[in-house]
Amino acid sequence: MDVFLVLEWVIKSIILILFGVVGFAYTTYYERRALARIQTRIGPNRAGPAGLLQPVADAIKLIFNEDLIPAKADKFLFLLAPVLTVLPSLIIWAVIPWGTSITLFGREIPLYLADINVGVLYIMAVASIAVYGIVIAGWSSNSKYPLLGSLRATAQIISYELSLGLAFVGPILLTNSMSMIRIVEKQQETTWFFILQPLGFVIFLLAVLAEVNRAPFDMPEAEQELVGGYHTEYSGMKFALFFMAEYIKMIAVSAIAATVFLGGYSGPWVENLPWLGPIYLLLKIILLLFGMIWVRGTLPRFRYDRLMAFGWKIMLPAALINVFVTAAVIVLLP
Amino acid sequence: MTADLIIFIILALVSIGAALGLLFSRNAVYAALFLVLNFITVAIFYLLLNAPFLAMAQVTIYAGAIMVLFLFVIMLLGTKKLKTRGLNLWQRRLAMGLGVVLLGEITALFFVQGRGGILIGDIGANFGSPEGIGVELFNQYLLPFEITSILLLVGMIGAIVLTKDD
Repeated sequence: MDVFLVLEWVIKSIILILFGVVGFAYTTYYERRALARIQTRIGPNRAGPAGLLQPVADAIKLIFNEDLIPAKADKFLFLLAPVLTVLPSLIIWAVIPWGTSITLFGREIPLYLADINVGVLYIMAVASIAVYGIVIAGWSSNSKYPLLGSLRATAQIISYELSLGLAFVGPILLTNSMSMIRIVEKQQETTWFFILQPLGFVIFLLAVLAEVNRAPFDMPEAEQELVGGYHTEYSGMKFALFFMAEYIKMIAVSAIAATVFLGGYSGPWVENLPWLGPIYLLLKIILLLFGMIWVRGTLPRFRYDRLMAFGWKIMLPAALINVFVTAAVIVLLP
Repeated sequence: MTADLIIFIILALVSIGAALGLLFSRNAVYAALFLVLNFITVAIFYLLLNAPFLAMAQVTIYAGAIMVLFLFVIMLLGTKKLKTRGLNLWQRRLAMGLGVVLLGEITALFFVQGRGGILIGDIGANFGSPEGIGVELFNQYLLPFEITSILLLVGMIGAIVLTKDD
């Protein structure tokens, strides 16, 4: 293992984390502007040109907010929870390919952090531990609304994780591999998987909306019922960390959806100009993020029992049928 | 000393520390979290042993699903600290005795098999990969696999029937 390889990994990790943080800041701006358009308002436009410095202003405000810890809270876990929430949203980026490879300083640098043959399982594993931060936050606050919010979040995430996992099965069957890079390459050879897997794509999008607690599945933080849900007792930077985790997760699931169903980094001329790979992926991410914002601006929140019924009685059977039909077609049509 | 060995030693310390924390923690939530930490270190051991599929399954199934349900139970049962005087004296002595017997057994086995542990033959490149496990599971172990799935289904239906209140 040479030093340069380690250095390369460190630099790539830092770039990914920075992308996550900057992406978080500007996704909030993007969301506020887009929501404002949907509601025929203007949105933040005072700080800097076209309001572009608004996220910076928000960050400074949050840093100088008073940091409260409830007297009856479990101090250690209360501090640990925001960290545990942010970590999974960052490490999930390790398996998402940004392109093939570029040559820089005489070295061939692949545009992904890790090509593991269980990439999809890695995503599922990280998604399944992502709920811990929310549970711990709800419990350690020692307060009723956070506890209810975190219970809802847990039930919802576990329920929709099943459909999410099954939605991955279609592309895996079509590719014959769980490596994210193989999935993209297969889409370059054939066609983008959202054409071959329309039902799988829809199930995936609905399931990730529930996984990242976005409207109309944002029951865990339903303001009218639960004040702020699992992060009611948090303030200042710790609150900002929860917010950051939520938005980075949004970007990450958009990137995963783009990679698995929309061809990832592939696009015209990407074979000759590998620099275009990250740009294509970014465009697809922005498109999917707009979808999420659009849904939030349009649809009202689900009722909790209907949310669970929808997850178990419609999503799961549909996902199972999708897997069955995909497998049958692959066996019958060689 | 190779990098693998250093990683192994650090992981082993974390793993044993988490296991001890699980045993001695008086707060059920902390105990559960120590168990999660332990499961995750075990998953990393699998990664070191060239079995990424097993590692990811370990995290998803044990650390993810089971522990979340476990936390549910703890939260709904309340979180009173356990009393220190829970066990009888004879139970304690029996547990200690059994623990010593188990430790002796492991040590004896270790020396009988040779100090270097059991030498595993050359494992193929496909070992532990999703394809390798899938082929084994659906050819050689198909019947046990199917029986397990039916047992799990029975358990699930049983749980639903038992908790339905009418």
